[in-house]
Amino acid sequence: MSQSQHFEGGTQSPEPADSFGVIEVNDLVIDFPIDAALLNRRYLRAVNHVSFKLVAGQALAIVGESGSGKSTCARALTRLYKPASGSLRLDGLDINDPTQGLSRIELARQIQMIFQDPFSSLNPIHTVGHHLHRPFKLHRPELSEGEFTDKIHETLARVGLSPPELIANKYPHELSGGQRQRLAIARAISTGARFILADEPISMLDVSIRLGILNLMADMKSDGIGFLYITHDIATARYFAEETAVMYVGHMVEWGDSDSVTQNPRHPYTQLLIDAVPEVGRARTKKSVSRGKSQIPLWTADSKGCPFADRCPLVEDRCRTEMPSLTQVANNHFARCFALDDSEKIDTKQVK
Amino acid sequence: MKVFFQFLKRFYKGNPAAVFGSLIVASMILLSAGAGFIAENEPNKRVARGHQPPSAELLLGSTRAGKDVFSQVLHGGRISLLVAFSAALITTVIAVCIGVSAGYFGGRVDEFLMALTNVVLVFPQLPLLIILAAFVGQVGPLMIALIIGLSSWAWGARVIRSQTLAIRNKEFVLAAEVMGESRLRIIFVEILPNLTSIVFGGAMGTCIYALMAEAGLEFLGLGDPTIITWGTMLFWAQSNSAFIVGAWWDIVIPGLAIAMVGGGLALLNMSIDQIANPKLRTGGYLKRWRELKLAVDKKRGLA
Amino acid sequence: MSGVLLQIKNLCVDYVTDAGTARAVNDVSFNIAAGETIGLAGESGCGKSTLAFAITNLHSAPALISEGSILFEGRDVLCMPDDELRRFRWAEASMVFQSAMNALNPVITIGEQLIDVILAHNAVSYEEAYGRAESSLELVGIHPSRMQSYAHQLSGGMRQRVVIAIALILRPKLIVMDEPTTALDVVVEREIMDQLYELKAELGFAILFISHDLGLMGEITDRIGVMYAGNLVEMGTTSGLLASPQHPYTQGLLASFPTIHGPKTRLEGIPGNPLNLLEIPEGCYFQDRCNKKTDECLLRQPELIPLQKQPSHQVACVEVTGL
Repeated sequence: MSQSQHFEGGTQSPEPADSFGVIEVNDLVIDFPIDAALLNRRYLRAVNHVSFKLVAGQALAIVGESGSGKSTCARALTRLYKPASGSLRLDGLDINDPTQGLSRIELARQIQMIFQDPFSSLNPIHTVGHHLHRPFKLHRPELSEGEFTDKIHETLARVGLSPPELIANKYPHELSGGQRQRLAIARAISTGARFILADEPISMLDVSIRLGILNLMADMKSDGIGFLYITHDIATARYFAEETAVMYVGHMVEWGDSDSVTQNPRHPYTQLLIDAVPEVGRARTKKSVSRGKSQIPLWTADSKGCPFADRCPLVEDRCRTEMPSLTQVANNHFARCFALDDSEKIDTKQVK
Repeated sequence: MKVFFQFLKRFYKGNPAAVFGSLIVASMILLSAGAGFIAENEPNKRVARGHQPPSAELLLGSTRAGKDVFSQVLHGGRISLLVAFSAALITTVIAVCIGVSAGYFGGRVDEFLMALTNVVLVFPQLPLLIILAAFVGQVGPLMIALIIGLSSWAWGARVIRSQTLAIRNKEFVLAAEVMGESRLRIIFVEILPNLTSIVFGGAMGTCIYALMAEAGLEFLGLGDPTIITWGTMLFWAQSNSAFIVGAWWDIVIPGLAIAMVGGGLALLNMSIDQIANPKLRTGGYLKRWRELKLAVDKKRGLA
Repeated sequence: MSGVLLQIKNLCVDYVTDAGTARAVNDVSFNIAAGETIGLAGESGCGKSTLAFAITNLHSAPALISEGSILFEGRDVLCMPDDELRRFRWAEASMVFQSAMNALNPVITIGEQLIDVILAHNAVSYEEAYGRAESSLELVGIHPSRMQSYAHQLSGGMRQRVVIAIALILRPKLIVMDEPTTALDVVVEREIMDQLYELKAELGFAILFISHDLGLMGEITDRIGVMYAGNLVEMGTTSGLLASPQHPYTQGLLASFPTIHGPKTRLEGIPGNPLNLLEIPEGCYFQDRCNKKTDECLLRQPELIPLQKQPSHQVACVEVTGL
């Protein structure tokens, strides 16, 4: 079964038959206004020159704390936010340029999203069946009503909501948290989407239910769906995604193969993150690495240097004025930090 | 349909306010609607001597002009209730349009609509009504309904806007947008149904207000005195010094009619609150809880 | 019994609803010794928060503590009259709630909130109360100049520290912490936990630490109890329970945490859904989700029984204890 390939040694899943199925984000910058001034309005730079690639059939995890900009990256892909600069391309077509053939409906057919809160992501006044009926009606208009019902039942069974006939008539408040999240996944795949952006899909679920959902998502991966997995939990990122990126204050500070990033973190922030995670059976031998309780900095377009400078145990003077350049740490493992071996530096223009 | 009946059952169970409120309002509506059949006499026909007290023939007595109060209160009810409901309808429609648009679209649209709402909100309503009525001359019930409708939507619009804002940022709305649904459909199918209890409550509040405002205007003489409504009944009773001469039925009956409908609507309003916020409930499980708590406290020596 | 601070005996808490009475805590008994840290693990609906509220008798309608007793240093909290309860609360046992933003009053400064607590229990002057409040903030790592700040001006981690400071200010013997770090980022959570560890060492209070995160609990607790659907299904020393969990639920729970450093294998979690407390089955509550179920399990509820080889480790499972 191809699933086992994802869990041992981090080998690549087999190439999808369809040669399309790539989302490329390049140098993305997203600003939000801090105040409502008419002149000299100040902007918060939520996403700062971020680049990544999503491939259908594989998962990329973006790990970070609140305020890191990870959710914003995901929402930019659904046109919920307009980028200040940078490009977002689906199979080469610019997502934000409707003239290139990606209407709202077209985009909805390719990219869908599932959200953190399993309750508020479903409309309490609509039945389960209605939630799935809409995407089929919108995106597969050629089918008849009877075929809709079949498809709905098929999709419900596929995400593990059985028996489908009974569940289709229930309301969201009659389902448990895990079941609601399965319904959200069902809704996302009903459009035929090849990419699902999962924004903290399991953090509000009970612990014993989380793995069921992650495993379901892993099964979807084998079916050729690409995932962007946003989370604050780096352990599940390693479990589910082939590649992991770590974000801090809108910057991508370390990224690459999940195992490499989690077993051999090179950026001080990633090290801090991994050290902070409690693990059963791992005794705490030393105090936390963090230098104290400094606040997360407010980043604007004019801010300079590395965002982690205030909290970094390895900080030098140049960290406050210059952005560290790209360093290749291993095969498919990159980080931005001056403290890394200078001889490993590569051209900053090179995208992974 | 089935869902509707289930909803009704849930609404009325253990909710005395809802039962009474509905009964009162429903009976007043039915009585007024059937005025032609129920009342023997024409409301405008002189059938007895002036200011006759209630008797077997004239259930509620006669006015100064010798007209049947019972007949008048029923026929007048038709118009008073119609004005109240139509004003409430106009207000609700405007409030929903403005509130939902402001809440959903946000940005410039929101700023503009809220500025407009704030202006209308600070207008003192009763003086405005009086001035408009006096300006137009003697206004009939239709005009009154219109004036009330066009001037009392502001508060409702604000409330609906804030509720829309709360819903708009819920993830199921975002999910619908990402799904590719059209904005209009999202407003009508996803957001609006979640607003029903607030809209309904607001409509009932406006009903009460409109009923009072209409009676108020006509009592002050600004309505059309030739049309019989509860307000004009009060007007005539007042100008004929009914209370002073002891003909209490002339004033009390229309006043009671207004109070009863107002009270019934208020009860209904209260009962909707109980549905929306289960903590306000008074019946059912709370009684059982109190009994059990008493028993447990006794066992522990606290009661 | 010297050293025993809190004895919970056969506690039952019910929720009265229109659809019936749901038993949120079902005949739970355990002890907390002075200075001990006990963890209570479980997921939503297991009754751990309900138990926490019961300890200081905080429940109101529709919850009802229907049976059992809670003995704090010998006195039954549930039988205390109002004035004794007021004196007991916060001076002897206090609570740290999950969401600090909900526990702090948004319209008064945090200094005022600390002072309010002091003045409510001790007849001291305002100046003295102010001084004690300042030192309390220092104790949790907040600069005393923040006395004049409002809750919304502080970051999430700092707010939680304030809540801990408020809980500590009267030096209670027991602090009940209901998911104190769940709403925080992992780095902030780490700082809070380290701070808590220091405070515990310095002041010596007992903690009832409630969480779903077994890894977190493993770091700070001496003993751990696991709850499911209102029942205490396993109780033992932290090291013993985490190294060799006996109850199928505990085993499933431990297997639900993917590790960063361990081998990468496909984990399964626990199949099924949490139990609906209005539809409890005959026999063991865990039967629908258990992979070791036998016919015995359908007949009666298992009792919490100590293991023969390890009396400090108790399990409520027919398969394990044979009873």
